Amino acid sequence: MLAIVTNKTDAAPAAAPLARLAGASKTYGKLLALDKVDLQVRAGEVLALLGPNGAGKTTAISLLLGLQQADEGKAELFGLQPKSLAARRRIGAMLQTAAVPEALTVGELIALFRSYYPKPRSVADCAALAGVADLLGKRYGKLSGGQQRRAQFALALAGNPEILFLDEPTTGLDIEARGILWKTIRQLVAGGCAIVLTTHYLEEAEALADRVTVLAKGRVVAEGSVSAIRARVSQKRIRCISALDSETILCWPHVRSVVRDGEHVEIVTDAAEAVVRQLLAKDANLGELEIRRAGLAEAFVEITREAEAAEAA
Amino acid sequence: MNAATLGNTGIETKPSTHGALASYALESKFEFLRVLRTPAFAAPTLMFPPLFYLLFGILLNRGNAGAAHYLFATYSVFGVMAPSLFGFGVGVAIERERGWLALKRVAPMPPGAYLISKMAMAMLFVAIIYAILATLAFFLGHVRMPAVEWTLLGAIALLGTMPFCALGLMIGARANANAAPAFVNLIYLPMAFLSGLWMPLGMLPKFIGEIAPLWPSYHLSQLALMTVGQVPVAGVAGHLLWIAGFTVVCFAIARRWLARAG
Repeated sequence: MLAIVTNKTDAAPAAAPLARLAGASKTYGKLLALDKVDLQVRAGEVLALLGPNGAGKTTAISLLLGLQQADEGKAELFGLQPKSLAARRRIGAMLQTAAVPEALTVGELIALFRSYYPKPRSVADCAALAGVADLLGKRYGKLSGGQQRRAQFALALAGNPEILFLDEPTTGLDIEARGILWKTIRQLVAGGCAIVLTTHYLEEAEALADRVTVLAKGRVVAEGSVSAIRARVSQKRIRCISALDSETILCWPHVRSVVRDGEHVEIVTDAAEAVVRQLLAKDANLGELEIRRAGLAEAFVEITREAEAAEAA
Repeated sequence: MNAATLGNTGIETKPSTHGALASYALESKFEFLRVLRTPAFAAPTLMFPPLFYLLFGILLNRGNAGAAHYLFATYSVFGVMAPSLFGFGVGVAIERERGWLALKRVAPMPPGAYLISKMAMAMLFVAIIYAILATLAFFLGHVRMPAVEWTLLGAIALLGTMPFCALGLMIGARANANAAPAFVNLIYLPMAFLSGLWMPLGMLPKFIGEIAPLWPSYHLSQLALMTVGQVPVAGVAGHLLWIAGFTVVCFAIARRWLARAG
C-alpha cells in the first residue's frame, strides 16, 4: 500500500495580504532609500517596521500610502494603486510630521475627516478611542504636543479603516496616553484591522506586534514573528549580587560580557545554565539571581550590527 | 455601554455627510472658519487695497472724478491679486511644508475639494474688497456708473481670481514656507505697477506698455477699464482668451509640481 506522506510545514495557507510592497525600490537623487523591499500587511495583524534612522521605514510607508511612487517594483493597497480613492477610503494614517490647521477645533477636524469616508466612525467614538473626548472643543493650536498626537490618532481612526498606518505614534506621549493608544490598537486588531507600525520604542513593538520586519539601509534584514526574531539572538542575561571578580567571570566559558553595577553583576551569555552552575558553585553568598531572555532590543541591535558588518565586508 | 468598546455601536449605520458636495461644502466652511480665526491674515489683506485707493485714488486726486473712476477700475483688479496670491501662494506652501497636505492626500478627500474651497475663500475676500472699494468710490470719489456696470466690474474682479489662484498655486507648490511670502510680494507689487494699475500706462515709459501684455493683471484691467469707456486693446474675447490660457497653463504646471512634492 502506498503511504502518502504530506509535508505540512505551514499550518494553513496565508491569507492574501491587504497591502504589499513587492521588490520596491526608491531612489532620491543619489540615495538608494529602498532596495527591492518586500512587505506584506495582513488582516488582524500588527506589523512592526523597525530599523535605525534612515533605514527606509518612512519611505516604505510613503510608497504604501501613495505619497511617493516606487522607481522599481510594486506597491499595492487591496490590490489597487495606493493613490486610488477606492483604496484610500479603506485606510487611515498617522504620519510623523503632520501639522494640522491650528485654528480648527479637534471636533471640527474629526468631522472634516469623517466626511471623506463612506462609513465613518462617530466623532464621539473617535474621540473616545484616542482619548481626546475632553479636547473636542479646543483649537488644535492650543493643544500640547502629546494631545496633538492623540488628535492625529483620532483623525486616523475617523474612517473606520481596514489598515491603519502609524508612523511613530507614541513619540512624545506620556505613559498614560501611550497606554490608551496601545489599548485601542489591541481592540482594533481584535476587530480585524491590520496595523502597520513604525516605532523606535522596541518594547512597544514587543508589546503590540505580531510580525516584525527590520530594515537597514533600505533592505530587509530580518522578517518574521516577534518570537522568531528574538530567537535569532540566543543570549540570556543573568543578573545577581555577587562579590566575584568581573575579570574572573569573563574568563568562564560561554560568557559574552560582564558588567558590574555596584553590588550587582550583569552577565550576558549563550549558555545560561552553565554559568549559573558556576555562580552557585563559586559564590556561597550569591543573591537576587535573575535570568532574562534577550528582548527584541538586543535582537535588534544584533541584527543591525550584523547587517552593517555584512555591508562593510 | 462604554463608548470606547469596539463593536457595532461605534460604526455608523446612518450615512455620514458623505458625498462630494457635502465634502466640498464642509471643506469650504472650515477654510472660512480658519481664516476668520486668524485675523492677522484676514484684516490686512482686506484693508490694503481700499486704503491704497483711498490715498491714491481719492485723496491725492482731489476733486478729479475721472481719476477716481479710472483708479476704481484698476484698483478693483489690484484688490483681486492679494487674496488669491497669498491664499494660494503662502497658504499652500505652508500646508505643504508642514505635512498637512500629505495627510489630506492620504485621506480620500474628493479631488478638487482642497482647491475649490481655497478658491471660494479667495472669491469671498475679493467680493468684500470690491464692496469696500465700491463704497469708497461712490461716496468719497463721487464715481457714478449705471448699475449694470458696477455689477460687471464685480464680475470681472471675481473672474480675476482664477489666473491669480493658478499663479499662487504654482508658487505654493514649489516655494518653501518662509520664502513664499517674499516670492508673492516680488510678483504681486511689481506686476501691479507694470500693468498700469497705479498709474496709467500712457504715463509710463513706452517699453513698459510694450511688455504689459505679459501680465494677467494687464488683461484684467483692460476688461475693467471698459467701464470707464475705454476700448479694450485686444477686444473682450482676446483678453478673456489670454486669461483663460494663462490659468490653464499655470494650473497644469502647479499640478505637476504638487504631484512631485510628496
